[in-house]
Amino acid sequence: MQLIECPWCGPREEVEFSYGGQAHVPYPDDPGGLSDEEWAHYVFFRDNTKGRFAERWNHSIGCRRWFNAIRDTATYRFERVYRLDDPKPVTP
Amino acid sequence: MAELLRTHPLEAWTTAFERLPDTVGIAVEPFVAMADVRLGTVDSEAGTRLGVDLPTEANTWVPAEAGRAVWLGPDEWLLSSTTEAPEELEARVRAAVLPLGGSATDVSAQRIGLRLTGARVRDVLAKGCSVDLHPRVFGRGSSAQTTLGQAGVVLLSLSDTGEDHVVLVRSSFAGYLADWLLDAALEFTHTPTR
Amino acid sequence: MTSTSRTAEGGRIDRATTLEFTFDGQPFTGHPGDTLASALLASGRHQIATSIKLGRPRGVAAAWAEDPGSLVQIEEPFPEPMLLATTVELYDGLAAHGLPGQGRLAEVPDSARYDAVHHHVDLLVVGAGPAGLAAALTAARAGARVAVVDEQSEAGGSLLSGTERLDGAPALQWVAAAVAELAEHPEVLHLQRTTAFGSYEDGFVLALERRTDHLGATAPKHLARQRVWRFRARSIVVATGAHERPVVFTDNDRPGIMLAGAARTFLHRYGVLPGREAVVFTTNDSAYDAALDLHRVGVCVQAVVDARPEGSARREECERAGIRVLPGAVVTGTQGVDRVTHALVAPFVDGEVGAGSAIACDLLLVSGGWNPAVHLFSQARGRLRYDEGLGAFLPGEELDGLSVTGSATGVSDLGGCLAHGQRVARAALAALAITPAGDDRLPAAPEAVVPTAPLVLWRVPDSSGAEGSTQFVDLQRDATVADIARAVGAGLRSIEHIKRYTTIGTAHDQGKTSGVLTSGITAELLGIPVQDTGTTTFRPPYTPVAFAALAGRDRGRLFDPERVTALHEWHVAAGAVFEDVGQWKRPRYYPQPGEDMEAAVLRECAAARTGVGILDGSTLGKIDVQGPDAAVLLDRLYTNLISSLKVGSVRYGVMCGVDGMVIDDGTVLRLAEDRFLVLTTTGGAAKILDWMEEWVQTEWPDLRVHCTSVTEQWVTFPVVGPRSRDVIGAVFPDVDVSNEAFPFMTWRDTTLEGVPVRLARISFSGELAFEVYVNPWYAVAVWERLLEAGRPYGITPYGTETMHVLRAEKGYPIIGQDTDGTVTPQDLGMGWAVSKKKPDFVGKRSFARPANQDPLRKQLVGLLPTDRQTVLPEGSQIVEFFPDGQLPPPPVPMLGHVTSSYRSAELARPFALALVKGGRERIGDTVHVPVNGTLVPVEVTGSVLVDPEGARRDG
Repeated sequence: MQLIECPWCGPREEVEFSYGGQAHVPYPDDPGGLSDEEWAHYVFFRDNTKGRFAERWNHSIGCRRWFNAIRDTATYRFERVYRLDDPKPVTP
Repeated sequence: MAELLRTHPLEAWTTAFERLPDTVGIAVEPFVAMADVRLGTVDSEAGTRLGVDLPTEANTWVPAEAGRAVWLGPDEWLLSSTTEAPEELEARVRAAVLPLGGSATDVSAQRIGLRLTGARVRDVLAKGCSVDLHPRVFGRGSSAQTTLGQAGVVLLSLSDTGEDHVVLVRSSFAGYLADWLLDAALEFTHTPTR
Repeated sequence: MTSTSRTAEGGRIDRATTLEFTFDGQPFTGHPGDTLASALLASGRHQIATSIKLGRPRGVAAAWAEDPGSLVQIEEPFPEPMLLATTVELYDGLAAHGLPGQGRLAEVPDSARYDAVHHHVDLLVVGAGPAGLAAALTAARAGARVAVVDEQSEAGGSLLSGTERLDGAPALQWVAAAVAELAEHPEVLHLQRTTAFGSYEDGFVLALERRTDHLGATAPKHLARQRVWRFRARSIVVATGAHERPVVFTDNDRPGIMLAGAARTFLHRYGVLPGREAVVFTTNDSAYDAALDLHRVGVCVQAVVDARPEGSARREECERAGIRVLPGAVVTGTQGVDRVTHALVAPFVDGEVGAGSAIACDLLLVSGGWNPAVHLFSQARGRLRYDEGLGAFLPGEELDGLSVTGSATGVSDLGGCLAHGQRVARAALAALAITPAGDDRLPAAPEAVVPTAPLVLWRVPDSSGAEGSTQFVDLQRDATVADIARAVGAGLRSIEHIKRYTTIGTAHDQGKTSGVLTSGITAELLGIPVQDTGTTTFRPPYTPVAFAALAGRDRGRLFDPERVTALHEWHVAAGAVFEDVGQWKRPRYYPQPGEDMEAAVLRECAAARTGVGILDGSTLGKIDVQGPDAAVLLDRLYTNLISSLKVGSVRYGVMCGVDGMVIDDGTVLRLAEDRFLVLTTTGGAAKILDWMEEWVQTEWPDLRVHCTSVTEQWVTFPVVGPRSRDVIGAVFPDVDVSNEAFPFMTWRDTTLEGVPVRLARISFSGELAFEVYVNPWYAVAVWERLLEAGRPYGITPYGTETMHVLRAEKGYPIIGQDTDGTVTPQDLGMGWAVSKKKPDFVGKRSFARPANQDPLRKQLVGLLPTDRQTVLPEGSQIVEFFPDGQLPPPPVPMLGHVTSSYRSAELARPFALALVKGGRERIGDTVHVPVNGTLVPVEVTGSVLVDPEGARRDG
């Protein structure tokens, strides 16, 4: 049972959290102006990174806040968590 | 016509709770008005208008005039009042925070409260709560939104000895949680015979 | 049976008390402190079981969980399969028998309790042997929060099996003092009979405490028999000791052959003489202790067979005692049937076995060295390294928050283990910024004797001609050297593949004695270094854990929470039959005496269509949406326009995902310019609140809006039917319930005895209907008022089944039943609920995708079986005949499937809703539904079958 650090509540067991997929994939400004392919890319396509990956998480059983995390998908280790209004950290 | 009768979801459990020894006391908290307060910025003006300084430290609660203010999130609190009717509390709090861009919603019946007291209640809670409840870590004024058994709860510590807690649970889960607590307390309710 | 093999004195057993038990139907006796194995050995019983494939006699080969031989089934007090006699503590009334490899589950429910406890510590020490106790004392003295767990019935670890001394007194006196000191520290939890069986991320360790197993039938029923401890430790010290390793030789599996250290345990801890005439076969010095200890209590030690050419520096010690030592020799085989009778001993020079001779014995002790118990370290992803000198795998790196100490690191002397335990604990405390106490004294241990270097010997060459086919590596699996050779011969190189090919290490002992042997023998056969072979992956659990223990208290009523509404007791008293809707218990129907579901539902439906019915709809999700931008948010999330809704009015709305598929539907009440009450489906309540929060928090944080769940803040009672107006008018006389004053799709607030009540004219049945909302504190009172007022009209409580029939007759879909995540609003015939005006809303762009424009998409339609009899099973496929009336050849194309199906009182026939390819174009067609092997013809219709004009909603 891994611990995940909520930026507000601190470390809690992973079962208190829900996963929100890749972070930094904003809703397009003008969906109507996108081609079918561009729109499908937004709706259906996400990276499948091995290693450091920026993800969205929600402390759904706790404070219900969304936050972002850099997690290594190979080791599961959370390298850092950051709030939605923080910029994406630069990772090596 | 007579006044409308109020019924509590845990009425059927009252006798079982009364039979518990003091080491694992469980008591149903009386009905209280509760409001969910949302507010972006907490400042002295907010405190003045609300009559309580909302706690800004995560996972804490503070006493309010006739109730408590519990941190639920960086912009969310649970405010309770033992002296106001639910609609009165909502109206007062809403009027107080609306000009500040906040909101308030009557949630008096969303949750029910259970008061857990006694030397073994921490042992009972530890059977289903993964948060560290040691009084050094979770003393008076601490709170946590987490799970107890399989029910989502708001857990408040009322003492620095770890022997006095309030559990707020969604009303529909109250029966489950009451059964769960009684079952968890079972080993402390028997006098050892050997 | 009498204790023929019990020592005259000594051991940690209570000789004053006699316990009676049976094994294989025969009566035996033993004492408190015995295990089943020690009591059987004390009675001279060595064969315990037979082997799984070959049926060979098997006995006690070790003294604890590493034993591959003594598999038993317990029958009394409660049937339990696959236990080791070496780990079953003896109790009065125990009935057990040996197992041929497999046991039998109980056929009756287990009445014992099991539970789980979370526990947080600074330092978790696993193992209460010398190193573990030293570590625990250091941490306890520093005031840290400590837990120390140990799998045995008492603390001491290896000290329980020997004669070591500390501070000039028996070492167990120091153990007792240490345990007493730990008990003095309020922040120390010390648990015996507790096996740490898994170590995971972030200091999470699972341990199983056997709390009452040793009490047998007298175990108190209110205590959990076993408890799973869920430790969260800031730092972990693994002091799990080492397992002695055998050497493989021909016919090495007979009863009476056991590890040398195990014989010491049986002697010193249990007061058992495991034999009368012993041969000791060793590759290292540790077995000399066994030889000397047995000799001292009168066992005739025929020979110490030492594979090392020069033998040991301890040879003289033995010879002084009159024990013959044979250096440069090995045991090549054995004789005997249900017990060893002879050891075949031969010279061993440069790896070659010479001509041998038989030595009579009834006990053959073996030691091939020691394998540190690195399981928890390895489970925590610690890398292992192979130590050539010891022939063992040791922790090969430092891990954050987990350190290994004592003989689990290869340290073998007592003083070294104590000092190592203390050092590791101090380092762990330092990392946690906890200062060690000044007074942290260790007891004085005798000076360590430097042992003669061990010989790494995995197996003795097979000189029997059997080519290793009776050289057992894994006794539990009957897997031999020949099996490994076959695996290697088949081209397997990876130790993981060899494990699976030979099944070595997959039995209930998980290869505690066979794992490293397999690595060694495989390396030998392949001619590669053992380090390159490595070990198989160590996985939890370290020892078997019963599913009952893992389930804990999540059984029966507590298996899955039952959510109930404020009216639950009323429903129960009214005889409701409940159905599960997610975690909710909802009344499905209220049968009257003699009624089945069909009769009850027809009656309930008729009442709602012709008189008045009432439903507990409190499980509907409810979300309070507040703020100046509330309407903006709802416009972005609903497919239709919400911002144009007037205060006091209600609108039906549909929500889609970004892919354009319907995720929920419901009504929206505008309470104020800046406030809405959003109603969701019962199943969608949490999901839709999360959905709103997700958009607000992650995409539109600038919106001034807040969403709060009020699902349990309001009970909801739809009062439905032509007479509902009379009922509502009677209970709420302050409200003008006329159609003009209170039109369809509006809401009004009122009070009842001062309690706020909200009424809404919303209909999920097509009938005139009012929904009553009130604080659940008053749910029973208001419900009973409504029933009282409805009595003159025959008001009928109805359940979810009737609700479903009524809504299906009107073609109202249930999201999640009539839809499955691939259905657009247009597919449901709800293009009218999709705004053309709004520039964007979630899902809008996807409607224009070519796949969503396909005229052959599945669309919601009605189906009427033409026989007017068949209720089509939900989920049935729909097929079509060729124009000539023939069924197409298989695979028959599927047109769609039945999503909802009921018998209708109103239509006096069964009907269904279905998703059918190009369905709306097919209205009037006849298609077929296979039901129990027969093709039932059905007519495709529009989805609204009752009151398509909507004439009834106003009464």
